[in-house]
Amino acid sequence: MENSPDSAASLLEARGISKSFGAVRALQQVDFTLRAGEIHALLGENGAGKSTLIKVITGVFPRDAGIVRLGGEEVAPRSAKAALQAGIATVYQEVNLLPNLSVAQNLFLDRQPMRFGMVREGEMRRRAKALLADFGLDIDVSAPLGNYSVAIQHVTAIARAVDLSARVLILDEPTASLDRHEVEILFRIMRQLAKRGIGIVFVSHFLDQVYEISDRITVLRNGRLVGERETASLLRLELIRMMLGRELAETTSARAATREHQAREVCASFESYGKSGYVAPFNLELRHGEVVGLAGLLGSGRTETARLVFGAERADRGQARVEGAPVRLHSPRDGVRHGFGYCPEERKTDGIVAELTVRENIVLALQAKRGLHRPLSRREQDEIASRYVKMLDIRPPDPERPVGLLSGGNQQKVLLARWLATSPRLLVLDEPTRGIDVGAHAEIIRLIRELCDDGLALLVISSELDEIVTYSDRVVVLRDRAHVEELAGEAIDVGNILAAIAVDSVAVALEAHT
Amino acid sequence: MTALLPRRGLAQILALIVILAVDRVVSPQFFDLRLQDGRLFGSLIDVLNRGTPVALLSLGMVLVIATRGIDLSVGAVMAISGAIAASLADNHSLAVVLAAALGAGLICGLWNGFLVAVLGMQPIVATLILMVAGRGIAQLITEGRIVTFSSPDLVWLGNGSILGVPVPVAIALGMLMLTGAVVRGSALGLLIEATGGNARASELAGVGTRAMILAVYVWCGVCAALAGVIAAADIMGADANNAGLWLELDAILAVVIGGTSLFGGRFSLVLAVLGALIIQTMNTGILLSGYPPEFNLLVKAMVVLAVLLLQSPKLSGFAGIVTRLRGTKA
Repeated sequence: MENSPDSAASLLEARGISKSFGAVRALQQVDFTLRAGEIHALLGENGAGKSTLIKVITGVFPRDAGIVRLGGEEVAPRSAKAALQAGIATVYQEVNLLPNLSVAQNLFLDRQPMRFGMVREGEMRRRAKALLADFGLDIDVSAPLGNYSVAIQHVTAIARAVDLSARVLILDEPTASLDRHEVEILFRIMRQLAKRGIGIVFVSHFLDQVYEISDRITVLRNGRLVGERETASLLRLELIRMMLGRELAETTSARAATREHQAREVCASFESYGKSGYVAPFNLELRHGEVVGLAGLLGSGRTETARLVFGAERADRGQARVEGAPVRLHSPRDGVRHGFGYCPEERKTDGIVAELTVRENIVLALQAKRGLHRPLSRREQDEIASRYVKMLDIRPPDPERPVGLLSGGNQQKVLLARWLATSPRLLVLDEPTRGIDVGAHAEIIRLIRELCDDGLALLVISSELDEIVTYSDRVVVLRDRAHVEELAGEAIDVGNILAAIAVDSVAVALEAHT
Repeated sequence: MTALLPRRGLAQILALIVILAVDRVVSPQFFDLRLQDGRLFGSLIDVLNRGTPVALLSLGMVLVIATRGIDLSVGAVMAISGAIAASLADNHSLAVVLAAALGAGLICGLWNGFLVAVLGMQPIVATLILMVAGRGIAQLITEGRIVTFSSPDLVWLGNGSILGVPVPVAIALGMLMLTGAVVRGSALGLLIEATGGNARASELAGVGTRAMILAVYVWCGVCAALAGVIAAADIMGADANNAGLWLELDAILAVVIGGTSLFGGRFSLVLAVLGALIIQTMNTGILLSGYPPEFNLLVKAMVVLAVLLLQSPKLSGFAGIVTRLRGTKA
């Protein structure tokens, strides 16, 4: 790195930023400094004010107080577009480009090369290709953007932003839906851009990635600045303490207590269960009071296994049994009828019904299970909803609030409540802690243990190996859409899981590069 | 219960009151009611009576729209059921006539539901098929003529009265209560709203989303058929070319005025019917005022715009800011 962050002049300076929404003080006197050529992580729990700060800096929200300077000069953009013109570009988690237009059209939207009033398609494609080549991307730029992976869409959005002469690039949760290899591509590009002197703000929930990529960390909590540190000299425990403002003992709490189990009763079993072109046939036994973890890279068949087990996808071979009796699992309704529950990875699109209330979302699966003709009375609904709001500590504790207005962690709890209300025998949780702040994270993991102690069978998918190791009694490792290894007892540790995943990952990596 | 009589109905009730007040100005006798031969007469009764077909259509339409669908075929279904009713009226009992006409509506609804729920077609395209074909079917039934009838039973359905209330109005009220009882008395309402709000999530929660979608199109077909029978009974004949023409648009409008989003989810039966009455109150008012009917469309558009503006979250946010500014200055 040519520019050491210390010596570099401050590129973007925000001083004394305050912003209120009605009575809620989202930001209070927050300072933020970004130096040229640095990658600066902006961290905090959900609701700490990260998004609000970004939106105030980029002019999406007007600010109540404070000033923003870019390269020493005061700027006050009135909209994201004005911010872009000033040189501050933002790429959000949900890429806001047009998936039905080609990559080239997206890159040059609003500024296509023209001649005689006609778009010069050839010229545009050539320039698009050259631009993406800078980012190590060699793709067909005339294909619709939507055909490409989220990673490539992100890179396209970044390329467009940088090409619009951005000096500051803000990346809001850019890695949330990327797999490891894609994250590496993104990080390589970020480092490259930083070398050119662009200042990058990186918002993420993944602390590993923050440590890997960032030079500096600014932590917000409850709308206030907690502090700014150099990443290299900030211990992880200290960082978590800054974010939470309290000791976080539970996350690493020992699992051993309930671990030395005897033979438990089988809840559901799957024999050479599979679907061609989806997941190779597998054998899986899920027992009462036991957590089975599914580990593997993105696309290794974890979610696919979960969907087959629940009945969201129909198997074309093998036999499923519940409590020993053979069953058919052809639809989610079948799964629900047999006492299964499934919290999908994509909470927003596959989980919650955003405009319905917390109460309605909680009773939905139970009501579907009971059928049309046996409606839950309003009193029963209220009773169920308030019981789970209390039990899972859903906040705000208002069952009549539309669930879309809750934070990610609380939405996840509502989904858990939805299934717990059906008194399930088996719960399938796909990435239950993804996109959730650290506090709720620990709570969800504690819940998983408690449910298991109550005799529930759990099948849990997670990309966080530390987490899987913490709560699993057995771990199934997947690779290339097949179950390749099952670890139990003392054999469960991150090293063994990685070893099972990584057997031929060198070959995979090589393949991806060619 | 909240969705039957929601707090959010204020904009619609206000709009109705304003329009009624305007009607009173252009026609001083607007609120006059008189009893004649055991039946109530007056402009208000006219509004209810004339508004019945669209009110019935909107009862079915609001459920379809709640599932994020739309049914463009209801006008054509009206023509089909009217044609069937008129053709059978003079030779069959009322029960047979009604069974045949409503049965046709049910089949039409099943067809639409099959295309949308089972084949996964986009609702607007799927129902466009029957919108076009349905009128053709109706013309085949009437053999291209206007079929008239004189069966007193069927005529009573369009022009009779029960305890002074016109029969069509009583039927519409009955259908509103029946639909409300079925939808809110069972879990149907919640499951329909969940399906419309997020079909994928609802499916994964074990909701039979296909069955929900099928059911709402069937109910919409039955409601449209009933509207068709009443329209035919009213004029004692069936005109396959014009019966129910463009009424699908009025029905959609009624639902939208009633505050149900075309993106599905939350719906209100009562407000949809109120929407139908708002439309009819305007129509009647313009007729009474003596303005040329050409103004009708223009005025309708203005009122719709006004109601939608009242509901717009952006505008209410703006209004909130204005009042807050005033509050701080004061």
